[in-house]
Amino acid sequence: MKNALFLVPLFPLVGFLANGLLYALGARPARRDFKHDPHGEQAAAESGKDEGHPHAHMHGETHPRFKSIHSFIGVGSVALSVLFAFGAIFDVGVGTLASGGSHVITLYRWIALGVNQSTSQVPGKAAEWFVDVALRLDSLSALMIAFVTFVGFLIHVYSIGYMGHDRGYGRYFAYLNLFMFSMLVLVLASNFLLLFVGWEGVGLCSYLLIGYDYHKKFAADAGKKAFVVNRIGDFGFILGIFGIFALFGTLDFGQVFATAAATPERFAPYLTLVCLCLFVGACGKSAQVPLYVWLPDAMAGPTPVSALIHAATMVTAGVYMVARCNVLFRLAPDAMLVVAVIGGFTALFAATIGLAQNDIKKVLAYSTVSQLGYMFLACGVGAFVAGMFHVMTHAFFKACLFLGSGSVIHALSGEQDIRKMGGLGLKIRTTYITFLIATLAIAGVPFLAGFFSKDAILAAVFEAHFSQAPWLGKTLWAAALFTAGLTAFYMFRLVSLTFWGTYRGSREEEAHIHESPRSMTVPLVILAFLSIVGGYVGVPIVKGGDQIGKFLSPILLPLAGGEAHAHEAAVSAELLLMAASVAVATVGILLAFFWYAKGNGEVPRRIAAAWPGVYQAVYNKYYVDEFYDAVFVEGLGKGGGRLLWDFDRSVVDGAVNSVALLTRAFSWVASAFDQYVVDGAVNGVADTIQAGYQVFRKAQTGRVQNYALVMGAGLFCVVMAYLLFR
Amino acid sequence: MTITINHYLIVSFLLFSIGFLGVLVRRNFLTVLMSIELMLNAVNLNLIAFSRRLSDLTGQVFAVFVITIAAGEAAIGLALTISLFRQRKTLNVEEADTMKG
Repeated sequence: MKNALFLVPLFPLVGFLANGLLYALGARPARRDFKHDPHGEQAAAESGKDEGHPHAHMHGETHPRFKSIHSFIGVGSVALSVLFAFGAIFDVGVGTLASGGSHVITLYRWIALGVNQSTSQVPGKAAEWFVDVALRLDSLSALMIAFVTFVGFLIHVYSIGYMGHDRGYGRYFAYLNLFMFSMLVLVLASNFLLLFVGWEGVGLCSYLLIGYDYHKKFAADAGKKAFVVNRIGDFGFILGIFGIFALFGTLDFGQVFATAAATPERFAPYLTLVCLCLFVGACGKSAQVPLYVWLPDAMAGPTPVSALIHAATMVTAGVYMVARCNVLFRLAPDAMLVVAVIGGFTALFAATIGLAQNDIKKVLAYSTVSQLGYMFLACGVGAFVAGMFHVMTHAFFKACLFLGSGSVIHALSGEQDIRKMGGLGLKIRTTYITFLIATLAIAGVPFLAGFFSKDAILAAVFEAHFSQAPWLGKTLWAAALFTAGLTAFYMFRLVSLTFWGTYRGSREEEAHIHESPRSMTVPLVILAFLSIVGGYVGVPIVKGGDQIGKFLSPILLPLAGGEAHAHEAAVSAELLLMAASVAVATVGILLAFFWYAKGNGEVPRRIAAAWPGVYQAVYNKYYVDEFYDAVFVEGLGKGGGRLLWDFDRSVVDGAVNSVALLTRAFSWVASAFDQYVVDGAVNGVADTIQAGYQVFRKAQTGRVQNYALVMGAGLFCVVMAYLLFR
Repeated sequence: MTITINHYLIVSFLLFSIGFLGVLVRRNFLTVLMSIELMLNAVNLNLIAFSRRLSDLTGQVFAVFVITIAAGEAAIGLALTISLFRQRKTLNVEEADTMKG
């Protein structure tokens, strides 16, 4: 099965090509063309509705007869991927690779750079420089493809129902398949460059799908924003790749990590910079401070896209990359410190913003940023397994939450403002129950998925010790614990405002509320089920409970020279930590319940009134977007543009103009020289010859008799001379 | 008075000079041709005179060759005459000066 690994990304690629071609051939211009109406656009942008009536203004449309074919190709290709992915996981789990090996399939040599002449960095290793297109199957990539394909498959199924009325149906499925392909290339890549290809591929799909409703200005802008912010991160990432190539002379994961682990002292001094560069890339892709701003805006895309790309899979690529490079990061303690601080700060920062948002998807978006912060915090303190564990459980419950929010939006025909919801629990029961389960999971309620993974992170942070700053570990732990409370609070605020209480919209709207079709509710139920049981692969304390730790342990290569192995926390301490996190979560849940479900939001209103400055700052997301706009877009962009224009005019133009002047002067001299000296010489020769031939041409009379006379005279002269001077 | 080789040579010289002068001064192409013929015959006379004087038949053989060549020369000359006349409607050699520099 492991040799058929290349089929896993191949199926979605084929699906993309088939769907894309079919859409391109089958799509026809819409009967009702979108009329350009700036006011309408603005109104839509202000109300923040992205689902309004997505099918009313489409440019092209999918041929209705092709719709089922599109679904069949789109879902079918991913289903095949799931099959082969699980086959591969079987190999890693209990099959031929169960002993912790890895399997690399080289498809072909992609870039051959010849023989390595410089052997300064890797002594005794005149390696060939090359990059292969190769897939790597080990426990980490197996875990990733498992949930990527499976959650991806559920979301594809969900999309059939959710996008059912959309005229760009075929385009949507083509993009979604392309995304699956890129994501699988990303996680299966066996070297940094191929990883980067997948990395850029998912970035492209993210851009395409955020701007899916491209005729809406805010969606198109959000797509561009995501793309540009990601470029900043990617710049750092590729610098990191250059650094790795310079250090190791290869980009292959196996070789790089093995070399680094074998001779840490040789590389450790340089790795801090390399790891920080890599982490900049991770910050961009995984929406960490300061590059997180694109993710909340990315909610302009269709909701299943938010679930798949901007919650479950793509945004965890940064965490995956850091976990993949754990050997390098462990050799760079300063970089680890940065990762931990950024992660912890992002978790807290995004959670506070999430407290005051009123758009159901925005709350979930900030929650995602916050949870990603958790994962980086885990990686930063060296708990890579806990980080990946949280990546997996987060994929389950956050996908469930997003799909649930999509179902709510679907039920309310596009309404996203939670202030206009309420009391939906009784009307859309399946959505409500699954949403509630996922909320309990993310809030850290005991014995659900989120509890185990979040607890693993909190325990690891509590145990963490930074030699650079001894107080930092406990500070981060306190921040993470407080964030857990905030998470529980804002999630239950969301549930209270959406599903509990009474409906706050109009009667007419209330009559239209309906449960979503089966294709949407079944994935919800499956994901809710996984949100319950997903955590049981990493049960702490119980002997043999930490299956995921055992599964992922092969990726944590032991370093030569040996770092002190993190000692196991005492059972009592672990229980205490659990009790603390449960207590905090309970406080958050109860506060949210009493303030919003029982108290009609009276207490929060009074708090907001008491500290208007704080409330406004949180409500407006700390004005970070405005700050970036003022400093980078207006300041550096436009101010810099003016500066550059002045520079251009005075220095560049000056240089160009003076060069032009010099050239003209020189050309004048050259032309004079040409005219008088060169031409003079040529003409002089010609004139001389002309003067000469004027004499001789007289001899050429053309009369034969003259010639004969000359001949005779000449003969006479010769004979006379002969006779005389004999 | 006995006829000696000197007489022959003087006659031959006079004939050649007349012919050469004719070639140089006459305007009519036909006359020029005839003058050339005269020069050739003067040479023939010279050859035969010496042949007789030296009792060597080579000179006479050579004279026969010259006559033969003269016949060819006359044929080509006449062909040129006709060609020239057709082109220029004249036989004046002074007008045939296309090669003038």
